[in-house]
Amino acid sequence: MPTLNYAAPSSVDEAVKLLAGSAGLAKVLSGGTDLLVQMRSGRLRPELIVDTKKIPGIIGIREEGGAFVVGAATPGAEVEAHAGMNRAWPGVVEALDLIGSQQIQGRCSLAGNLCNASPAADSVPAIFAAGAIAVVVGSKGRREVPVEQIPASPGRTTLAKDEFILEFKFPPRTPRSADAYLRFIPRTEMDIAVVGCGINVTLDEKGVCTAARVAVGAVAPTVLLVKDAADALVGHSLDEETLKKLDAAARAACKPINDKRGTIEYRTKVAGVLARRVAAIAFDRAMGKAQGKTH
Amino acid sequence: MSKHHVTTTINGEPVEFLCETQQTMLDTLRDVLGLTGSKEGCASGDCGACTIIVDGKIVCSCLMLGVEAEGKSVTTIEGIAQGDRLHPVQQKFLEHAALQCGFCTPGFIVAAKALLDENPNPTETEARYWLAGNLCRCTGYDKIIRAVMDAAAEMRGEAVR
Repeated sequence: MPTLNYAAPSSVDEAVKLLAGSAGLAKVLSGGTDLLVQMRSGRLRPELIVDTKKIPGIIGIREEGGAFVVGAATPGAEVEAHAGMNRAWPGVVEALDLIGSQQIQGRCSLAGNLCNASPAADSVPAIFAAGAIAVVVGSKGRREVPVEQIPASPGRTTLAKDEFILEFKFPPRTPRSADAYLRFIPRTEMDIAVVGCGINVTLDEKGVCTAARVAVGAVAPTVLLVKDAADALVGHSLDEETLKKLDAAARAACKPINDKRGTIEYRTKVAGVLARRVAAIAFDRAMGKAQGKTH
Repeated sequence: MSKHHVTTTINGEPVEFLCETQQTMLDTLRDVLGLTGSKEGCASGDCGACTIIVDGKIVCSCLMLGVEAEGKSVTTIEGIAQGDRLHPVQQKFLEHAALQCGFCTPGFIVAAKALLDENPNPTETEARYWLAGNLCRCTGYDKIIRAVMDAAAEMRGEAVR
């Protein structure tokens, strides 16, 4: 049986060298809530685990000129407890809050959820909608990548072998901006999304949408950013005509599979319904009408 | 590769141990340190029977490597009582008969203790959501929730039913 090596480097350079120098499969360890399960089931047999949590800044949240920077390995529970993130990005927070149990949230991270590249990942539609930027580090240096460019296909990312995510930048909030996330499951907790939807909007004083991003999960091989759905919102208030167009655009983007959680028809219909509901929450929040959690 | 030498704190005591990379924290607690109170139910983070507290947060010890305990402060079920004095959550589990086979109980007690440390006055809904990651096949959960709510009331110094 091949030996499994472990390293917990204390700098980005050291971590990148370890990843680049590994002959076999090297895996980055953040919270391990997917990695350890996949190793145990035999689906992944890495030769090296690079635990990034000792790298300064990779855990924690800081504010930079009105923007929040969230360390890639920051546990979900820490993001959920952060007052600033709750105020600025309630949709991202409520999406993280839906991942697994309280025990899972003690370890699971935004980077892990994104790089595990599941189409059903809960935080991913929310950070797509937020327009978050991943700060990626590797042998060639540092690059900033819109998060929607990271997942490539189920279980695969666009990152090179020696690259990993150091942190996420959330853009500064403008007035009357808010986000929301909902997922549909047949129960209220502890399940995988049948459909997930994240929407982020900016409104003018009259409640007319001036900017929007809409993302849907679990309806295609990767989470999708749906430009047509965002375009359905921009220039409009949330009347029935707009909701109809949003609903249709969200459905049109779906390329789901049939599985035990839902059929193609069912998932497609639910994507439209969720988009309507999420838009309503995001618009209300942007106008200061509702701040509470959706579940 | 040689074993990892890990220096950590478990239930308030400094502890050093050796472990292999693939040994989870649960394997390490049970097989290396002889702390067998934490249970392996699913080994995939679904059941919560292996719940421990690491630096103030509950985690599934089956989804953490033993080597990751380096420099951390860990609380297991063995560290919940104060000597011979049971924690109120433990006492209320007994009084409410909130267990049958008992396999899930250590995980429930550790998770419930962490809830009450963070939120001394949870609603029943909050307690149920917090404990959603702990599975019990015997009780139907109701007695567990009653025990936790009663322990919370007692810890707040409120009149006990």
